Amino acid sequence: MTNTLHRYGKAASFDDDIIVFAIPCKGKNDEGALDKLKIFLRICARYKPSNMGNSSFGSYKPSKALRPTVHWNRDTHPDYESVIAAVEKVGTVAAVFDSKEKAESCLKDVIEADLGLSINISTSVEGAKATGECCGIKRHSVEYSLGFFDPHDHLPNSQVLELSTMCGHGMVSFNFAKKMLDMVREGRRTPDQAVSTMARFCPCGVYNPDRAKRLLEESRTRQA
Amino acid sequence: MQIDPSKCVACSNCVPVCPMGAIYVDPQINRATINYDECVECGTCHRMSGEHLNPTMVRTVRKLAKFFRFRFEPEPDVCPTSAFVMEELEWPRIARRVFSDPLVEHKSTSIKGRGTEEVKTNDVAHRVDVGEVGYVIEFGRPGVGVRFHHIQSMTKALAKLGVAFEPKNPISHLMTDKSQGTIQEDILNEKILSAIVEIKTTIREVPAVLDTVMEVSKTIDTVVAVGVSTRCGDAGEDTELAPVLEELGYDFERAKTNMGLGRVTNVQKKEEVGDQHLAPVR
Repeated sequence: MTNTLHRYGKAASFDDDIIVFAIPCKGKNDEGALDKLKIFLRICARYKPSNMGNSSFGSYKPSKALRPTVHWNRDTHPDYESVIAAVEKVGTVAAVFDSKEKAESCLKDVIEADLGLSINISTSVEGAKATGECCGIKRHSVEYSLGFFDPHDHLPNSQVLELSTMCGHGMVSFNFAKKMLDMVREGRRTPDQAVSTMARFCPCGVYNPDRAKRLLEESRTRQA
Repeated sequence: MQIDPSKCVACSNCVPVCPMGAIYVDPQINRATINYDECVECGTCHRMSGEHLNPTMVRTVRKLAKFFRFRFEPEPDVCPTSAFVMEELEWPRIARRVFSDPLVEHKSTSIKGRGTEEVKTNDVAHRVDVGEVGYVIEFGRPGVGVRFHHIQSMTKALAKLGVAFEPKNPISHLMTDKSQGTIQEDILNEKILSAIVEIKTTIREVPAVLDTVMEVSKTIDTVVAVGVSTRCGDAGEDTELAPVLEELGYDFERAKTNMGLGRVTNVQKKEEVGDQHLAPVR
């Protein structure tokens, strides 16, 4: 789940990007963790996360059996239930929230549930700290992103990077993010359509469609 | 990965989807084609949605539309004829899939992804203590890819510093000599989407390690992303690592924060609370 650490953007850009995830530790608390992971996801689902994932797929997922009519009638809504039902192996599960309030409320319920799993928050340094303090808990450990070292200028412009790095495994390619940016700018896709299309490529379900939508809206008038 | 030429209709939807830019439409055969040396077997193209349409019908419609200069705007994440075929891979090429496809589990870690649990379970596993620093040095991400010989350049340089490589990390498993940082020879030219090297030092080694990472990054043709972690004090504050990073001039606006809610619950393991710590820094 380091795939959420290196998202491109300044701290303020993560105000609508707060990922809460649960992970069992192998050999320490993984026995019976499957049910706990499902409980965690059910708690998260109460607060309507932007996305949710179970390490195999997210609440936006590809389909191998589309009908031709799908080109005019594509579902762009998250499907939480299938994500929860498909937690069949102990691993990391995550939910992405677009507001501090939702993340705090969710974390309070998770604390109340006392699952015993490690709970992590991936967002700005101060954002995570404040969320914990609001719920009466202190940070145990922290892993800072020092960003990218790119002395050979491989990386594209900031707009593409912001969209692409929300799937830290790199499944939303630079070229595809650029294509979606162009399609929105040219009026060939709505931001809603573009973000659900990108989110389907993120198999962990940590791509943030709400942040992506904001970035796409901004890109219409913002220089890269 | 293969593309079935009897199914491909050269719609080019898959071209921008490939994270490595390894797919192109070959004008000689009018089919999408994969640059086999650049493909990292990540499976992204294979996971595109599919319609299973009749290829002959789709080609005919496309020819007609092209003749009349009509533009059809298909869903950009769909392969209309489901033309991608995931083939069985053998060593060393299978290393590409293991390191590039996030749905494939590493045997060394038993988890999906390229690293270990890092500090995500530090509240239970105690991998990194106060005054210690864990590093996740990641190569090839975002969107560039890396060959193992580039990674070896870094591991060799880090080995000279006497750092401890995380034993459960997939790259550590591929090392033939951890004291030298050498990686097994038969995979050195394999290209992967990304890989993570994990090490641990004390706080005082942070400047030397980060300087080394920066210097080696200049010599390898990829991109490097670095994460550094530590355990916070009882008050939840990091009074050791953050000041060092600030002094070194690093921006660190984003973080992954372990909220300390985990505990040992496995019945038979309760007495084994402390995880095996890494070897000390020389």
